[in-house]
Amino acid sequence: MSDSSLRLVWVYPDLLSTYGDRGNVLVVERRARQRGLDVTRIDVRSDQAVPTSGDIYLIGGGEDRPQRLAAERLRMDSGLPRAVENGAIVFSVCAGYQILGHEFVNDLGQREAGLGLLDVHSTRGEGARNVGDILAEVDPRLGLPPLTGFENHQGITHLGPGVAPLASVQVGGGNGTGDGTEGAWRDTVFGTYLHGPVMARNPAMADLLIKLALDVNALPPVDSAWYDALRSERIAAAREQQSA
Amino acid sequence: MPGTGSEAPAQGGRDTSLPARAKIAVTAGRVAAAVSRTAGRGSGSVIGGKVALRLDPDLLAKLAEHLDVVLVSATNGKTTTTRLIAEALRAAGPVVSNALGANMPAGITAALAGGSDSRFGVIEVDEKYLAGVARDTRPKAIALLNLSRDQLDRAAETRMLAERWREGLGDTEAVVIANADDPLVTWAASSCRRVVWVAAGQSWKEDAWSCPACGGVMQRPGDDWFCGACGFRRPQPHWALSGDHVYDPQGVPWPIRLQLPGRANLANAATSAAVAAVFGVAPQTALERMQSVTAVAGRYDVVSYEGREVRLLLAKNPAGWLETFSLIDGPPTPVILSVNALDADGTDTSWLWDVDYERLVGHPVFVMGQRKLDLAVRLEVAGLHFQVVDSLAEAVRMAPQGRIEAIANYTAFQQLRRAVAG
Repeated sequence: MSDSSLRLVWVYPDLLSTYGDRGNVLVVERRARQRGLDVTRIDVRSDQAVPTSGDIYLIGGGEDRPQRLAAERLRMDSGLPRAVENGAIVFSVCAGYQILGHEFVNDLGQREAGLGLLDVHSTRGEGARNVGDILAEVDPRLGLPPLTGFENHQGITHLGPGVAPLASVQVGGGNGTGDGTEGAWRDTVFGTYLHGPVMARNPAMADLLIKLALDVNALPPVDSAWYDALRSERIAAAREQQSA
Repeated sequence: MPGTGSEAPAQGGRDTSLPARAKIAVTAGRVAAAVSRTAGRGSGSVIGGKVALRLDPDLLAKLAEHLDVVLVSATNGKTTTTRLIAEALRAAGPVVSNALGANMPAGITAALAGGSDSRFGVIEVDEKYLAGVARDTRPKAIALLNLSRDQLDRAAETRMLAERWREGLGDTEAVVIANADDPLVTWAASSCRRVVWVAAGQSWKEDAWSCPACGGVMQRPGDDWFCGACGFRRPQPHWALSGDHVYDPQGVPWPIRLQLPGRANLANAATSAAVAAVFGVAPQTALERMQSVTAVAGRYDVVSYEGREVRLLLAKNPAGWLETFSLIDGPPTPVILSVNALDADGTDTSWLWDVDYERLVGHPVFVMGQRKLDLAVRLEVAGLHFQVVDSLAEAVRMAPQGRIEAIANYTAFQQLRRAVAG
């Protein structure tokens, strides 16, 4: 890619865009444009081929049946794995996170194969759904401030040796495995249970994806005052939720 | 509000025809409602209904037995449409209705237990309770307006709601009046025996891209829609909204003149005319009567506050916001946005990102409510100019001249109403 352009691919908004996932696309797009980048946004519907030449791919959350349909169609379409081979960045949320793993439990209660781009597999929890604000410390290697978000899932995601936890939970459920992990990542592929949307709550994460895509260590600063105000409020709310 | 005077009175001939157990239940419910009112806990209608239902679980069925019942359900527009249908049917006889939007079984029971010599019971029903209420009340007509995402942190999946409607209404004797432009509603209604299809339009399409029948990708050329995989498609409508006219099954256009604003209310009126026709009320009569409806439970109310005119608009979910943006006055009309995330609103604010706030470009925008910072980030990313304020009074003081549009979600809207009431 050239230094001044960014191809941003939104995978399957017709199936995986239930919890404001469009926000992640809008925030990455906005913050890239604010840095003077020429952003090409490609929304790929599930009856279209996933392009292999994107720089950043975003995959959102969805309900149980659309999740199964998305997995079926993404398995048939080899675009996403090929893009990852090409070094593309993939950021996935909730249902999309589960699809990137080896397998998950679908709406019919059956094991459904994922894409295997992350060494994780997901099962369905027995207890109550994890619903509420979540606060987590990010893997220090990523150099990000704490993650804040909203989680709403019953899934449990088990991490294999091929991935690292994206974050460790301070408040909330995260991967649901009881070990305090949240999300997973390896190289340029990321998964998380955080909505909010996660990029609106954590613009540093959006910036990280842009930096990885441009292969740079820093970006020109942009005014993030409203994001910062929102972060402070939600981090305080999460701590309150914990003490309540 | 016009029409309120003709609501069923609290005492009527109905009680004498009720079995003893039901009569005691109705009385106990009234006592509980009175206690609740005295204690200052609102109108008391829901608690009254709860007590009554506990004493006699069949009470709703008994109360509905002598009525021609019409049920109205949807994600958006059910309170207003219930009101429009009630007004239209008053041309044919007295109506009892849960006009204030208490739309779960207890609230419905309380409204019907108001007792009356009514011929019609026009009942708004929460989407999740439709199948059960339809079983209990044996309606003559059921109006299904739309289904879309709403409070996903606690509500069922949108498609699952359609599935539950489909299963629950499969053997209903009622005439089902359904929106042919909404694939989820069409899926829900298409197993019913008697369906009147209304082309009532659908602005929000994001919940209907996958076929409710087979999961295939929906094709949506123009106003049409069909599934390329299984052939499930838009039915031929009997009634159709076109601009501000509704075409009846004979192809005759009838003008819709409402005091209520917006395309969504034209759609609600078109559906209401189709419902009225089931009971022999002609479109002209029905539509003329609907013209008397102004504010519904405070929605669309234009109030005077701090010397300014403020129009209060309720928008609870992305589809509702989309319809609301299409009815507000153009720039430079000032717009106040207020968003809360209390339990009744849904506690996840992610949905803000499904709303096209970009459409407010050119308006002076003021942001308030419990989650004003979520809104601020949303508007910043939309590239809008806006100001964050702490109260309605502050927003109104800062707003440039002209009537102000105030758009709020559920509990934020209740707070605005209290604020303007002083």
